[in-house]
Amino acid sequence: MTSHVEHASTWTGRLRDRFFGALPPDKLLPEEQPAYVASWIYVFGVATIAALAFVIGSGLVLTLEGPLWYHSSSVGHYVNSVHLWSVELFFLFMVVHLWGKFWMAAWRGRRAATWITGAICFLASVGTAFTGYVMQTNFDAQWISTQAKDGLNSVGIGAWFNVLDLGQMLLFHVALLPLVLGGITVWHVLLVRKHGVVPPIDAREEETTS
Amino acid sequence: MNTHFLTWGPIQISIANLVIIGIGLALFALAIALPFPKGRKRP
Amino acid sequence: MSTDLASRPWTGANREYDLAKELVVALLVVGALVIGLAFAFGSPDEPSITLQTWAKAAPADFVSTAAAELAGTSGTATYGPPYNSAADGQTIGPLNLQKLGGVRIPVDTAQAFVVGPLHRQVGTAEVTAALSAWDAASADQQASWAGAYSDAIAAEPDGDYTKVATGDYGPAPALSAGLLAAAQAGGLDGALGAQGQFFSTDYTYPLLFLADGAYLEDQARAQHLGGDQWGMMNETGNYPGQSWLWLYTFWYQIEPFSSSDNADAWVWGLMMVLTLGFVLVPFIPGVRSIPRWIPVHRLIWRDYYRNHPRKT
Repeated sequence: MTSHVEHASTWTGRLRDRFFGALPPDKLLPEEQPAYVASWIYVFGVATIAALAFVIGSGLVLTLEGPLWYHSSSVGHYVNSVHLWSVELFFLFMVVHLWGKFWMAAWRGRRAATWITGAICFLASVGTAFTGYVMQTNFDAQWISTQAKDGLNSVGIGAWFNVLDLGQMLLFHVALLPLVLGGITVWHVLLVRKHGVVPPIDAREEETTS
Repeated sequence: MNTHFLTWGPIQISIANLVIIGIGLALFALAIALPFPKGRKRP
Repeated sequence: MSTDLASRPWTGANREYDLAKELVVALLVVGALVIGLAFAFGSPDEPSITLQTWAKAAPADFVSTAAAELAGTSGTATYGPPYNSAADGQTIGPLNLQKLGGVRIPVDTAQAFVVGPLHRQVGTAEVTAALSAWDAASADQQASWAGAYSDAIAAEPDGDYTKVATGDYGPAPALSAGLLAAAQAGGLDGALGAQGQFFSTDYTYPLLFLADGAYLEDQARAQHLGGDQWGMMNETGNYPGQSWLWLYTFWYQIEPFSSSDNADAWVWGLMMVLTLGFVLVPFIPGVRSIPRWIPVHRLIWRDYYRNHPRKT
């Protein structure tokens, strides 16, 4: 880790030192991992992110021609299909990733924040997907919104978050929630880089030469 | 619309959802069981 | 945590691991899967039910709904917050969160769903006269007419509004029939949502009106989308739905929730507690020890444990 001759005296400098102090380049983008990172279970985090990339990509294409495009265009319908299947894979991979992390007790060694941000990612994903379902402008959206309103109204949330308001749901789905979810995902990944992959349960101290 | 559902006691589930859940469980089991390629040792 | 080795940077053996390559491979594999699945299976897109479709396919249901809106006895009219104060809403024991939310989306069902839209149409002489009679009457008189008409429709074996017994229904039958005619002609879609404005992206009114009838639910139940059919998890057609909602919808299938008037509030409350538990697993004694008691990890890290056997 590089150390500066003088302590930073500006906000910029202190921010830089704090960030790169916790995450120097070789920690952000390492070429190696501990030897125990040797299982296919470890690929499900990156698989989730890959699926998310396709969710966002197909979503961006859907925005190009407006929310009703996919009903009348075969290209639009195909992009909608890509969006649906990437969402299904996104949740599938995320859940397998979650199962792996639970059985590894991956919160150990002061990694509670990694677990918590991951759990919040799951919840934010469910919420984001929900706003997507109610903005489909089809029968499914009509049914889901008129049903979901009862759950939300019963605890007072419906008075502020109106699932029958297409405009509100559309903006939540396309702007607000992806930003929130994206931000928490980045935070989650940076935490993994910062703390490293959790060692095996009951791992022992070993010599540094292998 | 041809839709397929399985009923088992209070549980009703679509074949499609059951397949997805089954794939998830299978992926988890395989991920743990299958050997992972060994990497080069690093200092 | 004996030595808390886990909280210190790893000083043991390392292996080469190419994160960037892993990401590229993941994008290629997932991309191929997604492109292929979308091509092979497509996606569902059941067209929305317009008010015109509803009025033509189920006129009796439409008219009985219109009558209930006039009478203030429909689902929306008796809902409570956020639409009106007709009820206090659901409770979790002494906690009435629904009421706390307030009436922030006010809906006068007679006005919003029937009388207002009819005023904005060029009506028949009969409808125009019915509107005048309705507007001139007191609220009690309106309730009396519409309530009696609504009851008469319900009493009719087929719910056939053309065969109701004679009674003092005032302009309610003409208003309901007028709304039906407007809907069947296609003049109600759009008009109900826009409420006289130019732009509208809010479908609260037409959705509430549609959901007050039985037709929408009948179509949904035919596709296993009903609340007591685990519908929350399902998609239209043969497509996978939202299997991740299994625990949320599970509670609605069993007692005491399945027969409770406060089911929604109780299920939400329960799921909020379980969700908090899920987020805070690292801090919950017992739960956080399950991975130790059921050692799936010994499979995941079997190479490590083989190379580092436990000292006896």
